[in-house]
Amino acid sequence: MTEDYREMWTHLGLDLDAHDALLGVLGGAYQDIFLSQKNRPEGMKYFDFVMSEVHGLRIKELLDEKKAGRKIVGSYCVFVPEEIVLAAGATLVGLCSGADFATPEVEKLLPRNTCALIKSSFGFKLGKVCPYLESADMIVGENTCDGKKKAYESLGHLVKNLYVMDLPQVKSDQGRALLKSEYQRFRTAMEALTGAAVTSESLKQAIQTVNAKRAAIHRLSILRKADPAPISGLDALLANQVFFYDNPARFTDSVNQICDELEKRIAEKKGVFPAGTPRILVSGCPQAVPNWKLPFIVETSGAVIVGEESCVGERGARNLTDASGETVDEMMDAIVDRYYQVDCAIFTPNPQRLEHIQEMVATYRADGVIHYGLQFCQPYLMESFPIEKALEEKKIPTLRIETDYSMEDVGQLKTRIEAFIEQLR
Amino acid sequence: MGKRFAGIDIGSRTIELVVVDTSGKIVDSLQTDTGFDPMTAARKLIHGMDYDRIMATGYGRNLFEISFDTLTVTEIKAHATGARTFFPDAHTVLDIGGQDSKAISLFETGRVKKFEMNDRCAAGTGKFLEIMAKTLGFDIESFGREALLSEKDIAISSMCTVFAESEVTSLIAGGKNRREIARGLHTSVIQRAAGMINRVSSTGDIVFTGGVAKNPCMRQLLAETLGRNVLTPEDPQLVGALGAALLAMEIP
Ligand code: SF4
Ligand code: SF4
Repeated sequence: MTEDYREMWTHLGLDLDAHDALLGVLGGAYQDIFLSQKNRPEGMKYFDFVMSEVHGLRIKELLDEKKAGRKIVGSYCVFVPEEIVLAAGATLVGLCSGADFATPEVEKLLPRNTCALIKSSFGFKLGKVCPYLESADMIVGENTCDGKKKAYESLGHLVKNLYVMDLPQVKSDQGRALLKSEYQRFRTAMEALTGAAVTSESLKQAIQTVNAKRAAIHRLSILRKADPAPISGLDALLANQVFFYDNPARFTDSVNQICDELEKRIAEKKGVFPAGTPRILVSGCPQAVPNWKLPFIVETSGAVIVGEESCVGERGARNLTDASGETVDEMMDAIVDRYYQVDCAIFTPNPQRLEHIQEMVATYRADGVIHYGLQFCQPYLMESFPIEKALEEKKIPTLRIETDYSMEDVGQLKTRIEAFIEQLR
Repeated sequence: MGKRFAGIDIGSRTIELVVVDTSGKIVDSLQTDTGFDPMTAARKLIHGMDYDRIMATGYGRNLFEISFDTLTVTEIKAHATGARTFFPDAHTVLDIGGQDSKAISLFETGRVKKFEMNDRCAAGTGKFLEIMAKTLGFDIESFGREALLSEKDIAISSMCTVFAESEVTSLIAGGKNRREIARGLHTSVIQRAAGMINRVSSTGDIVFTGGVAKNPCMRQLLAETLGRNVLTPEDPQLVGALGAALLAMEIP
């Protein structure tokens, strides 16, 4: 990293020592987990570069956008519609929350039994190590699980400009109406932030940009159907993670390039693991950067992950937004329609999620499902029981795991995952 | 001499080595304490042992794999395989070892159908019983027998080793009968194990393996609590190593 990044970080108010420590750990983990993989697609070099510059070049780009008058918006949930952010002339970045940081400080504000994701979002703020958070002109929270919605009340005191979006908990006419009115309110808030109106042109353009990004990810997902798998679950997860903070157009191109390469691999029957390697679908809580714990264990234990039923994955990227509307209202409706389908566990009941898991098992030819639940995440942990039961009734082997970001249970997890893989062979 | 296959089970408390001949009969078996340096202990155990192939299981299997370049299998599959050799119709296996416990259900063919493991802490494991025996002043070999001499249970509410220990200490200070406390402790471990078993299998005999299966109170309470038959092989702590040895033999 060059000195001018240090200046940039200082300027953003980061704690340089803590930040150095974070980057050190991150770099080491990346080396051990990603770069040590065999038979990686060439196209992953782009993502290696993005990761090596995750706090460098990309931040510089965002700061340059800011200098040019653009606003940066940070979000913690896939319910925050990127289309509206872009249409108002701002840039959306996902705030990752995938590692423990400054835990003792966090536990002064949050109960210990809060999920790792929420704790991490506070840790990055309190530890002053996230340049995305510090660059953002607005942070958008959302009333999803109880943990998050109460945590935002405290986060509001820590960040400059927190906007909280309300979300329905039930898929009903009222629920849909609430989502619609909240998206309208959000649009007004975005227009106020940027000073630019959302027009039918800008909204159409934004929908197309985001759709293209999602379509590229869909293309990547479908290629994972092949046996041997042309790309590791780790690398595919990384692409899904980078989805949240890269420049959308560049991201789309890079994913499409990888897909071209993967198509060739598939034609040559080349893969990252031998044909016949047990195939696993991961389902559950989002895995944010740099939370690579589960796929690392799975893929060093003799199996390959072929899909993520997760917000960092298919739940987040499934469905395009209908771009055929002509007026802002029509397109706003299309946006509501698209997001209304997200089958997050905060909804009750939430039967679509089970259907999607089964559909994904069939599409990606998975031999079994690992349900990934973060400790203390009530919505997903609660759903894991009926899901396990329903899948097993369909003779789909399922392993329910509950973990966090710490490394202390890695040995135990490895045993359980290896035993599960033995079951699938 | 025909071929010989070895299995080594590297647990947190002890390491077992079993060697079988081509008929699957145990021809050699050894046991040692794991100590603080499991690989040195393992090296000593296999030193001078004669076998054609070895497979490792237990929590130290991956270390062994790296140090000795061998094959590995999880404790789950090893115990399932080992239990089946003693009881060919077994559908349910409960293994309670020093550091973890697991319940396994099997298909007709002997393949693993489903399993449950205890979570990170020592609650519900051999280690828990060991610490409690010590707190009560019993030695671990006779702990189960002593507990069985009591008709009554004193309920222990904590499953956490640390809290249970102080609970026991205050019960002793309160003049309660040590055997009744002992029985209560056994009951609490069994209740936890019963919960795991019920999640993987609801009927049929249970094969009880691992060092804790030697404890007669555990066997009796398990059978009573679940109303199911409990079967225990002669040397239950060898089952994992035996399973690994048999799996080493199966490899073409
Ligand atoms: S799991 Fe639910 S709350 Fe979390 S990011 Fe996804 S949609 Fe949002
Ligand atoms: S992982 Fe669960 S508890 Fe944590 S923020 Fe997401 S929904 Fe809430």
